[in-house]
Amino acid sequence: MIKVDHEPALLEVRGATKRFGAVRALKGVDISIAPGEVHVILGQNGAGKSTLIKMLAGVHTPDEGTLRWHGELVTISNPVAALELGIATMYQELDVVDGLTIAENIYLGHEMATGGFSQRSRANKSATELLDRLGHGNLSPSREVGSLSPANKQIVSMARALSRNAQLIVMDEPSAVLDSEEVKNLFRVVNELTASGVAVVYISHRLEEIREIGDRITVIKDGRSTANGLPVADTSTSELIRLMTGRDIDNVFPARVPVPADSPEVLTVENLSLKGVFDRVDLSVRAGEILGIAGLVGSGRSEILETIYGARKPSTGTVRVSGSQLSPGSVTDAVEHGVGLSPEERKSQGLLLDQPIFTNVTLSSFARFARFGFLNENAERAAAVEQIEALELRPADPDNPAGSLSGGNQQKILLARWLVHGTSVLLLDEPTRGVDAGARAEIYALIRRLAAAGTAIIVVSSEIEEVLGLADRVLVIADGHVLTTTEATQIDEHGVLDLVMKGSAA
Amino acid sequence: MSEQPTVPSAEHPNPATESTDIVTPSSRSWFSRVMSSSAGRNLGLVIALLVLFAIGALTAGERFTNFENILTIIRFASIIGVLSIGMTFVIIGGGIDLSVGSVMGLASVISTLSVIQTFAEQTSWIVMVIVAILVGTLAGIVNGIVISYGNVVAFMATLAMLVAARGFAEIFSNRSTQIVRSQEFIEVFRADFLGIPILIWIFIVVAALGWILLNRTTFGRRTIAIGGNREAARLAGLKVKRHTVYLYAIAGMTAGIAAVMILGRTTAGTSTHGTLYELDAIAAVVVGGTLLIGGRGTIVGTVFGVLIFATLTNVFTQNNLNTSVQAVAKGVIIVLAVLLQQRFAARNKR
Repeated sequence: MIKVDHEPALLEVRGATKRFGAVRALKGVDISIAPGEVHVILGQNGAGKSTLIKMLAGVHTPDEGTLRWHGELVTISNPVAALELGIATMYQELDVVDGLTIAENIYLGHEMATGGFSQRSRANKSATELLDRLGHGNLSPSREVGSLSPANKQIVSMARALSRNAQLIVMDEPSAVLDSEEVKNLFRVVNELTASGVAVVYISHRLEEIREIGDRITVIKDGRSTANGLPVADTSTSELIRLMTGRDIDNVFPARVPVPADSPEVLTVENLSLKGVFDRVDLSVRAGEILGIAGLVGSGRSEILETIYGARKPSTGTVRVSGSQLSPGSVTDAVEHGVGLSPEERKSQGLLLDQPIFTNVTLSSFARFARFGFLNENAERAAAVEQIEALELRPADPDNPAGSLSGGNQQKILLARWLVHGTSVLLLDEPTRGVDAGARAEIYALIRRLAAAGTAIIVVSSEIEEVLGLADRVLVIADGHVLTTTEATQIDEHGVLDLVMKGSAA
Repeated sequence: MSEQPTVPSAEHPNPATESTDIVTPSSRSWFSRVMSSSAGRNLGLVIALLVLFAIGALTAGERFTNFENILTIIRFASIIGVLSIGMTFVIIGGGIDLSVGSVMGLASVISTLSVIQTFAEQTSWIVMVIVAILVGTLAGIVNGIVISYGNVVAFMATLAMLVAARGFAEIFSNRSTQIVRSQEFIEVFRADFLGIPILIWIFIVVAALGWILLNRTTFGRRTIAIGGNREAARLAGLKVKRHTVYLYAIAGMTAGIAAVMILGRTTAGTSTHGTLYELDAIAAVVVGGTLLIGGRGTIVGTVFGVLIFATLTNVFTQNNLNTSVQAVAKGVIIVLAVLLQQRFAARNKR
């Protein structure tokens, strides 16, 4: 069915690299897409998939490497150029405008108009034709998009791609927002598209989906393509997981320190639920123990942490710290009881980027250094410097703005904040997101040291490898349900992936 | 700064010694560093003020430069100045308060109601001061509660207060001018202290207290944190909602103080006092370098912003230019100031 050898590929990327500041997001990606195929891109979070997609969409331009379109060398310098070539991208966060009608959305940016006056009926008519082609002729083109379900918004997004005469449609986790019935319809549409010669780049974490819809697979790991155009039918799941997870650096994880047998239970969570997100979660962490939570994006991992912390109000359940119950939905109460959170989005949820490092470090404790409401910046600075030195934060000047630091050092600011405040429970959400490989090892060592000093720690990460390497015990969740709790040494990455993929399909 | 000591500590050796996770020292020039610091922004304001003074001195000569005229400029600035100090707190905290002008009018009306004035005559003129400040603070607290706990956008909540407070002022005053009866009150606010009018002293004291509150107290730190990153402040355990109420209470309180000052200057309370003052206050704060998105700003900058507008007005008046030209010049200054701000903000990003 796929005639890769006879004609030039629709799109061929060779040796693409991309660097953002100190971070190398892509270190050399090759990918070759044939007309009419469904080409799956597989890779863990942070492997560089989004950067690659944005490169195809003209949002980023590669630093090195070549792009060939129908065999011709091209540069895609902006999103309009990508559309003009015939590459359309459907992002995960669907980029439809809720206040406009379906037809207006489809023709957004290339409106049917004469002299600035839109030709509504003509647009509606051709919109209906496109929707019909996607098997959704029943949708009225004059309906407002805001009233549509996510599945139907996706159809609108797809119709928009078709209206641009796209020959290649990039779909970033299109099934993430769909239920199983809608996924079936999506696959039907994708099959119709490829039958008419349109190529689809399909990104998904769900292996069983990939088996059903994909023709060939390219695997991305740590910014490199580790396998290129493998036929889906001939590649085993274990082979794919190996390609996705094969190690770059060995032994980055510090040795576990056995939790003393008489170590008290510090954090106790019972029957905790957040309506529509996660359901009846029980967990406990002892002093000196690291509990890892593993699950896919959207499984409720971060929400569990935020609810324990009081940043979200639970619908049921209790959280107790050393026996005393926290008032639900109150961050202030949690902090006063010695609970600290390092949030998922460091920049938007954790730091004051404009402000000096030391005030960021003392953000939870500056009042303690103050007298009658008057700040004591010298004492604050001294306390911050102590932690800056202990954590080897670089550059170490406490008066530098937090925003000038790299991801790893920004993460250290958040750890330092809770060290200065003094916490018995530390909740870490994606502690190494956007952190370079070298600095990661440092962060891991720090987390282990904090545990050894008696802190109860929960680590949430989308990188299963990280959860397994760091934690003493692991909680595996899918779709807001705890599937299992086990010693980290009793399960491997393969086992976790197996569990969550079955769990979320159910 | 240029050397990067990468000594792995003995107890936890760093497995990756050659980490790319180090930010190289910035290559920004000395000049741009100074200019983008808070001192640098204020330096720009000093220069702007000096240029205006030079223009005034050149075009109007002694009429402009004499001490009396300088006092006139500052006295003119002092009422808007007090409002601007409160506004600075609200804006640094990430909000906006459009209601201060009409709250000032309302406070001037209520504190000069016959009942209050009679009570003041029996006791002390200070009663009027207290009433005005209470009215202002209360209105501010209402703003703060609606914004914080009602989750209403600050722009809309305070716009509603702007309209409603003016309406209340008209109802209470019956749209008439209420003369201040207490001669003592008038004399106090007409007086000089050390050769400087009391109104200017009030501005100086409010600005000084504001500076201390913003720069030296936990209150100021909370304000900057909440304005800089509301979510981060909340997740660090700060009581964001309650603090937001305090910020609007401060803005309301300064509106009350401004009402007292205008009563002293005009010797009458009326519902039209303070009309459009909120816009002058916002303009002064923004020209003074405070970011409208919050998180960054200075009291000193605001004081300069106020003085720049007051001097501008004076230069125009001294040269008998009409107020329409003045308005255009004001607009140009505001746009220039914001453009400069964005230039600095963009440079600081990376």
